[in-house]
Amino acid sequence: MSINSSAQVQNPNTANAKPTRPWTASPKDRSISALILLASVAISVLVVAVTPMKGKLAYFAVFFLSLLIIDYTVSRAKAGKQAGVDSLFRALVAMGMAIAVTPILSILYSVWERGHKGLRLALFTTDMHNASPTSPLSQGGILHAIIGTGLLVIFAVIVSVPIGILTALYLTEIKGRFTRPIKFLVQAMSGIPSIVAGLFILAAIVYPFTKSFNGIQGSLALAILMIPTVARTSEEVLQLIPNELREAGVALGGTQWRTVAMVVVPAARSGLITAMILGIARIAGETAPILLLTGGGDGVNTNVFNGSMGSLPFYIFKGFTIGTDESVTRAWAAILVLLVLVIILFTLARYLGNRKVGK
Amino acid sequence: MSLTQENPVIPAKRALTTKPRFSDKVFRGVVTAGGLSSLVILGLIFLFLLSQGYETIKSQGLYFLTGSDWVATLDAAGKIDPTQSHFGIAAMIIGTLLCASIAVVIGVPISVLSAIFLTFYAPESIKKLMVSIIDLMAAFPSILFGLWGFFVLGPSAEYWARLLHKYLGFIPIFSMPVDFYSRSPFVAGVVLAIMIIPIVTSISREIFAQTPLDRIQAAYALGATRWAMIRNVAFPYARGGIVGGSMLGLGRAMGETVAVYTVLNIIYKINWHVLLGAGGNVASMILLKFGEAGPAEVKALMAAGLALFILTLLVNSLADFIVNRSSKAGR
Amino acid sequence: MADEESAANGINNGDEKSGEIMNNSTDLSSSSLSAVAAARKAPEPGSKALGVGLEARGVHAWFGEKHALKNVSLDFWPGTVTALIGPSGCGKSTFIRTLNRMHEFIPTAAMAGEVLLNGEDIYAPGVDVTKIRLKVGMVFQKPNPFPSMTIAENVLAGLKLAQLKVENRDDLLEECLERAGLWKEVKDRLSAHGGSLSGGQQQRLCIARSLAVRPQVLLMDEPCSALDPGSTLKIEETISHLSSSVTVIIVTHNMQQAARVSDYTAFFLSDGGPGEMVEVGPTNEIFSRPKDKRTENYVTGRFG
Repeated sequence: MSINSSAQVQNPNTANAKPTRPWTASPKDRSISALILLASVAISVLVVAVTPMKGKLAYFAVFFLSLLIIDYTVSRAKAGKQAGVDSLFRALVAMGMAIAVTPILSILYSVWERGHKGLRLALFTTDMHNASPTSPLSQGGILHAIIGTGLLVIFAVIVSVPIGILTALYLTEIKGRFTRPIKFLVQAMSGIPSIVAGLFILAAIVYPFTKSFNGIQGSLALAILMIPTVARTSEEVLQLIPNELREAGVALGGTQWRTVAMVVVPAARSGLITAMILGIARIAGETAPILLLTGGGDGVNTNVFNGSMGSLPFYIFKGFTIGTDESVTRAWAAILVLLVLVIILFTLARYLGNRKVGK
Repeated sequence: MSLTQENPVIPAKRALTTKPRFSDKVFRGVVTAGGLSSLVILGLIFLFLLSQGYETIKSQGLYFLTGSDWVATLDAAGKIDPTQSHFGIAAMIIGTLLCASIAVVIGVPISVLSAIFLTFYAPESIKKLMVSIIDLMAAFPSILFGLWGFFVLGPSAEYWARLLHKYLGFIPIFSMPVDFYSRSPFVAGVVLAIMIIPIVTSISREIFAQTPLDRIQAAYALGATRWAMIRNVAFPYARGGIVGGSMLGLGRAMGETVAVYTVLNIIYKINWHVLLGAGGNVASMILLKFGEAGPAEVKALMAAGLALFILTLLVNSLADFIVNRSSKAGR
Repeated sequence: MADEESAANGINNGDEKSGEIMNNSTDLSSSSLSAVAAARKAPEPGSKALGVGLEARGVHAWFGEKHALKNVSLDFWPGTVTALIGPSGCGKSTFIRTLNRMHEFIPTAAMAGEVLLNGEDIYAPGVDVTKIRLKVGMVFQKPNPFPSMTIAENVLAGLKLAQLKVENRDDLLEECLERAGLWKEVKDRLSAHGGSLSGGQQQRLCIARSLAVRPQVLLMDEPCSALDPGSTLKIEETISHLSSSVTVIIVTHNMQQAARVSDYTAFFLSDGGPGEMVEVGPTNEIFSRPKDKRTENYVTGRFG
């Protein structure tokens, strides 16, 4: 073979070729992988049947172990020790992922299985002032809890969203000398245990002033927990707004506040809404501050400033603590409702977040 | 002033000044106030908890942190009798650390493996799906984990605990003074591990994704397998960030209230036997005692809350510092 | 097989190996380049046992829908230095990445054709790609020593990554650094950090690192474009010395460099569509008597 010096070097036979991907797994490779999986399943069934091991753990443990061993042996035989170790590690990380995801599947399944018995239409239209958690499931409902959670969330939003967005604005628009301390503080705040927020409101507002349960103090505790989420997400969103937009606003003669209010914030609108929704999802299920501060009455109470306020977390907690079959089923039903709420909020936030990117 | 001057003089720099408009001043003021609110809130939390818990700390002294008794005796006037009351949270602090440590030991390896899978192995479609699932898990309310942990995981975890004791019972923490396996710190630790997986996975994933591409390519060009590349390039790079992420998970596990309250059988005693159904952490203890505590005793609970606040603040700050330092270093 | 080859390549045995003196070309603008090229002594064919060589046959490359490289067929003679020249974006880097199977790291990548190393297609099913990369090494545009390792560890990093056993690591270390032209400068500070060297030294360190796994072929993707002229010259010297033991394929934007360093030059061009190889030949011929008008326009500086 030697290199020619002709200008016509292309072989006309290869001039028109179709794209291929010879490095992806061939059908033969795929079938070998499938075989390995099946073999591992078979071995695990066999081993569990023969030995005194029992339970799901036994099946999974033997399955994973045999998968690791077979994968390693096959790869090593085919391409040497390095390839064997590589296959082993690949199986290991896939296992890690599977283990990480299994609880959520179990949770979703359990919630449905245990909670749907308590579901009926009247659940959403009646409250508990005529029934107790131990009454049969055909009585009583969670209207008060839903309204309560709704009101608590609304007031928490009213307090936390402005503060969160202002914090984010400070970090992205003003960038003054407090930037690093404030960033640090927001991070610190996101780690506050929920019960500490509850104790704080207790000490600052309940004992000196109100000396009783009501809704607004619960909202304040929830707001404390919500602010870091809103601030952090808003900051990320505002950072993404290109500087050219701000420059354009200022070049048109706008003052800083007008530029921010009329150009930057509207541009970030859907992202800021996402931040708010994520904050709501975070606090909708918070239980500890609620238990300390709101009291959890049995009837619908629309006055946040006066009187115990029901909420979904409180209802769930109460159902669990009482412990009878009916009360526990009620708790699961309420969790189902709460979970659906959280999933809806989460999906909504995702949708809005992605839509903004496509804009 | 001619161009042929030998030593041209460079003029001094002019000061650029703008007189800020009033509305902008107001704007800056409002925004700065909003930004500083976090400082104000954190400060207020500290102050109020301190003011409420002060008497307790003063009367108990070091015993508050080292003692393991919680006895509230009231005197004739309904106030806490300092000589007869003991408030020591050592048992609960140990319980906090124990449960959180179990959570980290179980949760971090799973999270790191998942993060590696998602960054380096997963095809795009699976990656999107898994990331959504993990993020969704981060939004689940803690009481859900509590109930699930109690009703669903509990029996299985109890079985695993029996296995652990059967085969590894010679290790001190796995030994059992009595045959009581349910609602142990082990179960709580497993539930907490599941709760921290989303955070640790998310942070680890971000760090791994920042591994410099040229180093990865250099490794592959030298004939490395994917595992060799991860071990020699990606992992050393991400190590700091993973430590930071794990500490954030630790902080979360330490402060968790309701899930631990539901799952763990709270008994006010130091318990090192992780498989034994007794334990507690500071947060759940506060919740438990709050129900029956009179206003005087609540002050002692405030002191406990202060201790928890400071502890989680320290851990989280350290974690943030480590994460920020490692992502900037880019080594 | 012989038909195909001669029809396609028009095998021409003999002329290209003599070190020709510049002839009376009326086109003087490329004369300096060809003078430089002519000054290089052309290597003797077949005098080194370096494997049978690397051959690309009808290689195409795609990124998703975009057809980036079309029908490139090239032979690389063992022990030679081949330069790939051409304007930006005409597929040279994409092409060399198909030679060590780095092209497939891009998610939407696809290819067609064959790349034969010692007569066997490296894309055949069942081929262990890591073994290929041990035989076909690569040096990148931006020097990328592993920062967490010392100089010595960097050079031997390939052994660690591929878990290769070597009798005498110190000997290998010295040999590779010597071949890369770096031994004298670093022999007293082998445990210094990889990142403590200058740009040119780092690049030579990367060359030494690639050599430690004993490749047959070394691909270099614009290795000097991030370096100053002094370092560039040193690396070109290194390449000259290397070619006696490794086949070198170098992508370069710099025609003078191609003229200085290579035995053969291939000219790539894209007219907005997929890149193609227009012409290949001994370097001094490409610069003094290019056969294709487009080649001539490029080497005389009319475009690019």
